[in-house]
Formats: sequence, C-alpha cells, structure tokens
Amino acid sequence: MNQFIEWISQPWPWYVAGPMIGLTVPALLILGNKTFGISSSLRHICAACVPAGIPFFTYNWKKEIWNLLFVLGTAIGGFIAMNFLANPNTIVISEATQADLTALGITDFSDLMPKQIFSWETAFSAKGLLFFVFGGFLVGFGTRYAGGCTSGHAIMGISSLQWPSLVATIFFMVGGFLMTHVLMDPLMKLVGF
Amino acid sequence: MSVVANKKTTDQDPHCAAPNLREEHDKGLELLKYLIIGVIFGIVFVKAEIISWFRIQEMFRLQSFHMYGVIGSAVVTGMISVQLIKRLNIKTMHGETIVIPEKVFKKGQVIGGFIFGLGWAITGACPGPLFAQIGSGYTVVLVTLISALAGTWIYGKFADKLPN
Repeated sequence: MNQFIEWISQPWPWYVAGPMIGLTVPALLILGNKTFGISSSLRHICAACVPAGIPFFTYNWKKEIWNLLFVLGTAIGGFIAMNFLANPNTIVISEATQADLTALGITDFSDLMPKQIFSWETAFSAKGLLFFVFGGFLVGFGTRYAGGCTSGHAIMGISSLQWPSLVATIFFMVGGFLMTHVLMDPLMKLVGF
Repeated sequence: MSVVANKKTTDQDPHCAAPNLREEHDKGLELLKYLIIGVIFGIVFVKAEIISWFRIQEMFRLQSFHMYGVIGSAVVTGMISVQLIKRLNIKTMHGETIVIPEKVFKKGQVIGGFIFGLGWAITGACPGPLFAQIGSGYTVVLVTLISALAGTWIYGKFADKLPN
C-alpha cells in the first residue's frame, strides 16, 4: 500500500493525464447525456445568485446542477491530491522557462505556483489586481463570449469534429502567446516586479 | 450523423455551451456520479501539475511538451470515444440516444477566445484548474474566481450589444 501511494504521488506524465481527461467526454455522455464544459459553471452560478432579470441568466439553471457538482468535485479532487497524494519532491520546471521568468522578476520556483504571486499578501496590491482581478475577469468574460473554454471547445468541441471549436482554440492560443511574449513584461513592471 | 442532432428543449436555453440533454431529470443521489467524475478530474489536474502557473508559462513559451501532450492526448481520446459512440450507436446508461449539440460559429469564438487566452496566460488557469487550485489550498484564487464570475456576468449583461 505504501509503495502504491509512493508511486501514485509522483507527478503523472501527460500520457496518463491526457487520456483520463479525454475519457471525461464519453463518461459524461454515457452517464446522462451531459456535454463536457467547465466554464458553463460560472454562468450557472451567476444565474443562481445574481440573475438580475438579464435574459442571458434567466433559464432553468437547476437542470444544470450536475455541472456545479462536477466543479465542486474538481475542488475536492484538488484537496485530496494535495493532502494525500502530494509529490514529495520540488516541481521540475524547464530551465529555459526559469531563466525567462527570472528576467521578469519571478525567482522562487519551489512550489506548483509562484509564491511571489499566489499569496493573500499580494491579493490586495497592484500584483493582485493584475494576476487575480484583471486576469480572472478576462477568463470569465472571454470564455463566456467564446461560448466555452479549454474543456468545452478544445477537448469536447474538437473531439466531436466541430470547426468553430478549433477556431476558438486557435484564438485561445493567440491570446496566450501575445500575453506571454509581449504584454507580460510591461504589465509585470507596472505592478512592481 | 444519426446520433448527433441539434436538440432544443423548452425549459433550456438553446445556447448553453455544455447542456444537460438528458430527457429525464437526474434525481437526488444520481447526481453524485458527476461529483465523483469531478473528483477524479481534480486529482488528475493536480497530479499532472496542470494547475501549475509554471506549466502554463512553459506551454506558452514552447519550452515543454507536457501541456501539449496532455491536451493533445485528451483530444485524441475524446475523438476516438465520440467516433465509437456514433458508429456503435452507444446509448446512455438509461437507454437514451446520445446527443452532442452543434457548436455554431460566432465572432465570439474569435474575440472572446482571444480575450480568454490573454487571461489564461496571466492567471495560469482555465476555469477547471481554478476550482482545483482553490481546493488544493491556494485559497487566494477565490479572488480570481469571483472576478471570473464578474466577467461572466458583465458578458451576460451586455451580450446583445457585443458583435456576435
């Protein structure tokens, strides 16, 4: 049993994780005709909590409770993995990425997330405003405008051979590349890195 | 394409991106299976370090194959599964025909997709990992989640005024 825990605690390679994520598509379809898509949960939470008479949020969200349970499960899964199956070793990040990020002012590579950004101390500073408030807003606004995120478009959409999802995925990547290679540097300087 | 049809139900917004197309309503404990799938999903996200801001940086800097491997093999697995469902006419466990809604092209997939991409690179998370990050103890990501909800709400508020 200990050996099993030790083995499962190692970081999982892509060829294990990818197929497991891909199997979510048929699992949801076969379990109950559900279409895989996570950003929809954000819309259902809006519809449940602050519909404000907006037509976009006026629908029977209760029928989509399955989606909210799915994301609740995702959070619980995160808790289980981190508390019972955590990797005892330090994360291995590509040296080229470490060098690039060091140039931007990120110097702590000891955790899954950069401690210099992801802490409550930065939450209410200019850094928090950029990485949590501004970034989060773009994720929420962009995914809904695009009608899906990595799960709904890149995985579910492309899996079912739908070209609009391929277009969406290409533009996810275009936005990400532009942010990483062009905008990140001036934005990080602006918030004090 | 006998299995795949665009289906609209009366109490359902036809534009919901990830709809529940089961004819019967899921009752009580039946819903638990989605929680369990979510738990497995969350464990994979953490164990394969998909929730890591660093892994997303590696991906956008083309300095590691990991995330391309994850997403690529997920798509291939999904594609084979969907093809098997269609060709073998596999039904749901309740015997219903499996329905995959058609995604209609809109300008939003370009503009919104681009905006999401910008945010993905900053936060290091798409919506799934957001939930897994919070569960795994990075509670400050709650701020990101609340802001993402605000973004979704603002989109909903102005949806009919935006080009689409």
